[in-house]
Amino acid sequence: MEFQLPEINLQLMAPEIFLFLWALAVMAFDVTTKRKSSSTAGNLALVGLAVTGVIMVFTDQGRGFGNMFFNDSMAVFFKVIFLAAAFMAIGSSFGLTHTRILNHRGEYFGLILLSTVGMMFLASSSELISLYIGLELTTIPLFVLAAFFKDDRKSVEAGIKYLVVGAFSSALLLYGLSFIYGLTGTTDIAQIRSILAHSAVAGFNPAYQESTPIMVMAVLAILGGIGFKLALPPFHQWVPDVYEGAPTPITAFLSVGSKAAGLVAFAKIMIMGLYDLYDPSKAPNDWGILVGVMAAAAMIVGNVLAIRQTNIKRMLAYSSIAHAGYVMVGMLALNSLGLASVGYYMFAYLFTNMGAFAIVALIEDRTGSCEIASYAGLSKTSPFLAISMTIFLLSLTGIPPLAGFFGKFYVFAAAIKMAETGSGLTWIYWLVGVGLVTSVFALYYYANVMRTMYFVETDSPLKVTMSPMAVAVIVIGVVGVVVFGLNPQPIVQFASDMPAALGALLP
Amino acid sequence: MSDPGSVGIAFWILSAIVLISGLLVVSLKNIFHCALFLMLCLTGVAGIFILLHAEFLAAAQVLVYVGAVSVLMIFAVMLTSNLARKKIVQTNQNALVAFVSCVAFVVGALWLIKGTEVWKFATEALPANNTMTIGKLLMTEFMLPFEVVSVLLVAAMIGAIVLARGEEA
Repeated sequence: MEFQLPEINLQLMAPEIFLFLWALAVMAFDVTTKRKSSSTAGNLALVGLAVTGVIMVFTDQGRGFGNMFFNDSMAVFFKVIFLAAAFMAIGSSFGLTHTRILNHRGEYFGLILLSTVGMMFLASSSELISLYIGLELTTIPLFVLAAFFKDDRKSVEAGIKYLVVGAFSSALLLYGLSFIYGLTGTTDIAQIRSILAHSAVAGFNPAYQESTPIMVMAVLAILGGIGFKLALPPFHQWVPDVYEGAPTPITAFLSVGSKAAGLVAFAKIMIMGLYDLYDPSKAPNDWGILVGVMAAAAMIVGNVLAIRQTNIKRMLAYSSIAHAGYVMVGMLALNSLGLASVGYYMFAYLFTNMGAFAIVALIEDRTGSCEIASYAGLSKTSPFLAISMTIFLLSLTGIPPLAGFFGKFYVFAAAIKMAETGSGLTWIYWLVGVGLVTSVFALYYYANVMRTMYFVETDSPLKVTMSPMAVAVIVIGVVGVVVFGLNPQPIVQFASDMPAALGALLP
Repeated sequence: MSDPGSVGIAFWILSAIVLISGLLVVSLKNIFHCALFLMLCLTGVAGIFILLHAEFLAAAQVLVYVGAVSVLMIFAVMLTSNLARKKIVQTNQNALVAFVSCVAFVVGALWLIKGTEVWKFATEALPANNTMTIGKLLMTEFMLPFEVVSVLLVAAMIGAIVLARGEEA
């Protein structure tokens, strides 16, 4: 029997392989050491992430395992985001004194690393089956991490809800992908695109202008599946409960890492694979307007519901729904700016959100409260935390010169440029309008937290002792937000390689 | 198996088994009975795989789902005190909405699938030994996902242990 191996190029996968082995090593180390109070497991995890980053610098771009694995510039960019998000999530876990984490440091940090490995595989996959398995490897450790405080009802509720929603959305995604496979006969994303563009399949061939209902259904199922991961309405209901119940560093990791993973999956399936369906002349196969409606709904629902929240984790959960909406506006701009603006936005969001959640984690651990009201007087007792939180909230609002402002700016600029190019794309102007108006709503609820910290008097102000690692994470966040806000050029440069990864298909 | 008539009859019988036992899984009040009907349902699916000449899938279905997963579930039911004798309610106030939307989805999906004529059917004859073909594919073209699945299983196993094991003092 002939047995022909594809070209493997194992060295392309060196960062993933290293991080996987390191995750196992962290867990094995923790099992074999007796001193449970030491933070060695966490330090080891941080070192592993840093070394993975260094290995990535020396890893070439290219294809491995036949066509399964493709380390392109988009993969590299997003892998940096995943590694940084994991780094900051682990760093902000250092100060936590919950006994579950103290007793199970190895598993806790190891599972974060395993989830990061999944995200990295996902970012490099160029084929639907590996993409799906990468997505599962991303989320399964996160189910466990969300329920990590298993004696806390809210944490268990978060884990169960995330598990059920995750399983359902995976099923929906697979169902949609199975239709794509049935129509094209391949799971390779590049081949799917060329088959849809060139062969005589009804509805996608330019020569065939009639639409195929089955493709509409496939697109709907895929958008549903990814919509759950990205928390785009109407698939957003799970977000507040899961974000509130999960341990706060995990919430931060969910809101940045898992969201970026969802964006990669979206870019791979919808843009690389189904690019040719994003065309108003091919309605109702056109997925552009559908995503546009979801993005608009995300911006409105997220920002409006965030106003009513009194719990800061729930508020940030709704705000993350809104931010997913803003990112999708950039995703809809399939020009050279579009994907680059998404990349910059996620980078800004990484520093901002991880930093903000690091502060929330610290305060929750010391006071047991996530109520915004309990932040009263923070400016007197911990001016450092108050000023950092203010910077993060201003960046989330989009106030110049912070990174969040340029994120929104690039996203909207890319969208407007897209709207100018094509007929039938005028709805993108409306989308940008919704984004601008809802940003004003956002100012209100973010400013409310600042007001509480600075101007509300209280008899029993917070006293927060800080662990050095948590301070480091907050400082990284502040420096990132300010430096990349004042000088966005390096990130924009880095991100602007990405559209090239989508091949020559962008105008 | 070559006679299309007998395949048709076998298909209808198996489908009836799958559908009826599937409905019983989500409607019975005793969770132990639910688990037993789940096994029957999964066995029926294995039968349909055999009708489709997917012997490997059928064997995997029986070994993994009917054998391992269902037995595990029954263990879990029997080890949880009194769960096997309790009457459970499987529906809540959203049952009607859920039922209507599921029926609408199934009818819509069936209608769309039936109305589609552009499916990409395999034109080659089935390989004589398709288990060997699957094995070869898993070791060549699909080696990467095959290997990553083992990473996934490690992650899932560690996660399950973290959640299930008791707290030591």
